[in-house]
Amino acid sequence: MANEAVVEDTRRSIAMVEGLEGVVADWSSDQRAFKRVPWGKAMMWIFLVSDTFIFTVFLTSYMTVRMSTTVPWPNPSEVFALTLFGEHIPLLLIAIMTFILISSSGTMAMAVKFGYEKNRKMTAFLLVMTALFGASFVGMQAFEWTKLIIDEGVRPWGNPMGAAQFGASFFMITAFHGTHVTIGVIFLLIMARKVWKGYLEDRKPGFFTSRRGGYEVVEIMGLYWHFVDLVWVFIFALFYLW
Amino acid sequence: MSEAKVEGQQHPISMYFWVWGLLFVLSTLSYMVDYLQFQGYLRWTLILIFMFLKAGFIVAVFMHLYYERLAMACAILIPTGALMVLISLMSFEADYTKETREVYLDGGPGLLIMEEPTK
Repeated sequence: MANEAVVEDTRRSIAMVEGLEGVVADWSSDQRAFKRVPWGKAMMWIFLVSDTFIFTVFLTSYMTVRMSTTVPWPNPSEVFALTLFGEHIPLLLIAIMTFILISSSGTMAMAVKFGYEKNRKMTAFLLVMTALFGASFVGMQAFEWTKLIIDEGVRPWGNPMGAAQFGASFFMITAFHGTHVTIGVIFLLIMARKVWKGYLEDRKPGFFTSRRGGYEVVEIMGLYWHFVDLVWVFIFALFYLW
Repeated sequence: MSEAKVEGQQHPISMYFWVWGLLFVLSTLSYMVDYLQFQGYLRWTLILIFMFLKAGFIVAVFMHLYYERLAMACAILIPTGALMVLISLMSFEADYTKETREVYLDGGPGLLIMEEPTK
């Protein structure tokens, strides 16, 4: 059957040549160019590349408006400062959000590992942990937005601190990233339920596409989640630290 | 079933802990750049180095790209790298726009030329 053909193809690909010759051999081969990966993983990577293009366009347009304005840009170090116990700490909330998202990436990577080991309990627990980290990230973002809109008076069309483009760039970029996190949290919870109930072992058809997934779907989910973390690395450096 | 066994990425858990710790250290360092208020080229170099190191570790280890076949890594990294063309073109454009604005906006020297009476 089709499944046997895939296994056979995989067996052959293991003996494939490495290096640049391997690239030519893979791309000119029959059936599939991306060896040793389930098709879903290759598709997720292609989706992530397209998503990279979208985020790059946002960040590039932000770079363009920031570089070309003659009005001083609001200092992110001060705008996002937090006063805690009477002490003024710059960028504190953003630093906490960064550590939370990195931790969620760590738990996700371990969930993938335990998934392949068929350790259902640990995988489901780690997936829920990842979702909780993600949800707290979104919560902090909501707090940050509230503070910025109500206390600091930042609007997409202007703000009292400087260049008018600050608000538009900030809301656009963080909203798009926050949406990605939110969607990720929802899918993490769905995935945790699937793992917990043993659907992946029974190869039960999914509710949405009716496809039967094994534990590689946890790794594919992980790719998406790590990508969300990856985008935050760039936003943190380019928007908050610039 | 055997499919998942052959095609899954399996690595020792210590590898993930190491990278996790490393990402914490790198994030702390980039936060320190702001906290200590480094400015100018030093700030830029440090921020970009820490950013690319973090991104590299996430993609290579957490997303297992280092362990995939080169054909797939190329399909992912070459189009992404091509984005550098867009970024550099837009930075030239932004520089030009800024110069033009400095000359022609808010009492810049360009305004005087424009306001000279013509016969």
